[in-house]
Amino acid sequence: MNHNTLKKNVLLVGMAVSALLAGNSFAQTFTVKIDNLSNGIYFTPMLVAAHPDTTHLFQTGQAASTSLQAMAEGGDTSALTTDLAAVNATTSAANLTPMAPGGSVTTASITPAAGNTHLSIVGMMLPTNDGFVGMDDVEIPTAAGVYTYYLNAYDAGTEANDELITGGGSPGVAGIPGCPAANCGTGGTGVTTTDSNTTVHIHRGTLGDTNSTGGLSDLDSTAHRWLNPVARVTLNVN
Amino acid sequence: MNKFTDFKVPLGLTLIALTLHGCGKSSSNASTTPAAKTYVITLTNVTANQPIAPVAMVLHTGGYQGWAAGAAASAGLEMLAEGGDNATFLSEAQASADTLETATATGAIAPGGSETITVTATDSGSIQLTAAGMLVNTNDAFSGLDGLSLDGMAVGSSILGGMAAHDAGTEADTETTATMPGTGGTGFDATRDDTNNFVTLHPGVVTSSDGLVTSALDQSHRFDNPVMRVSVKRTN
Repeated sequence: MNHNTLKKNVLLVGMAVSALLAGNSFAQTFTVKIDNLSNGIYFTPMLVAAHPDTTHLFQTGQAASTSLQAMAEGGDTSALTTDLAAVNATTSAANLTPMAPGGSVTTASITPAAGNTHLSIVGMMLPTNDGFVGMDDVEIPTAAGVYTYYLNAYDAGTEANDELITGGGSPGVAGIPGCPAANCGTGGTGVTTTDSNTTVHIHRGTLGDTNSTGGLSDLDSTAHRWLNPVARVTLNVN
Repeated sequence: MNKFTDFKVPLGLTLIALTLHGCGKSSSNASTTPAAKTYVITLTNVTANQPIAPVAMVLHTGGYQGWAAGAAASAGLEMLAEGGDNATFLSEAQASADTLETATATGAIAPGGSETITVTATDSGSIQLTAAGMLVNTNDAFSGLDGLSLDGMAVGSSILGGMAAHDAGTEADTETTATMPGTGGTGFDATRDDTNNFVTLHPGVVTSSDGLVTSALDQSHRFDNPVMRVSVKRTN
């Protein structure tokens, strides 16, 4: 029994904690604090959105939207923001510049419009090809309190993880757009040219290598790896 | 009887230090005489090949924090994470007015091994559990539980959680023989030469099997979260 229990735990590690308290239809005013728990990965400007339960910015096992692709490959949240506006979502920007490891940001107070009962959060992970940190459609607690959630790293499944710093951040353009800590290598030949799972999935992590002027990857295996979870979200419901 | 089924919270919720602080005001209204609460804490090392040095445990109220992600480690946490010695970490905790009780595992827990420790604390308000122990085949990794709330536990109930591997941010993750106590090298070294001088979650070890030729570690030393299972049963 203990082993069964543990197995469930392992499967659930880092998944968003769902609301413990029965909700009602009235969303509350809240703030969202995001902590970058990773050791060496930056988060580009995060998009925080309260929206109807039926809205998803991404779902594992489903192909990414072109809007999600633009965020995951280049950090551009504008198309997702437009999509959210179409469903009258309440959105908030968090960090305006890439958030470093150890960094933390808190949104302004968010008062969702009626019906926007669920929360989603996304932001690109740099340096990766199409990795992002995400929270998908979690019910916003209605009882006042402080609620903590842990977020995993996802792969958008839209770009091969070649791990080459090329500046390529536009959707469909290979390569990683940049290296915020300037601790990446050059001259890699590329880890892979294909992405076998083309749906959104848990990121397998970066490979990297220890050759800063060659090898397969421009990433550093001692600096750019992570284990899940990669972020902590603290919801403070008033 | 399955001792893990009586606390009705989905199991995944307790993974990593779940901190769910309810509305603090409501609980203080029903003030009663503080009663001693006894917790039986069982720690199980679920790594492949990372013995975990004696785990320090702190029962405390909301004002104490053993560490904070993004903030520099205390000297006590540095000593615990680099060398496995938890004495200073525990004395730092004891110096906090918000600490109710401290305890330590009697020894290192081998992969697959467990230890059970009973701790009693008295407080009328909230009680949280913080725990930390070094992964000895690393530079400064520790298994950490940051303020697991024990509020609302009835006598006889249990909760089950997992502990994630943290990086203390106090020593570079070189993985060399000379720098890790598990390989006979130096444990605590006051020099802080890590990439970040602050606590993060650990990125994992690279090992010589995966191309870091200067590493004294091999594939067996790799780990993923959780690295330790913790069950807490309130018995009184």
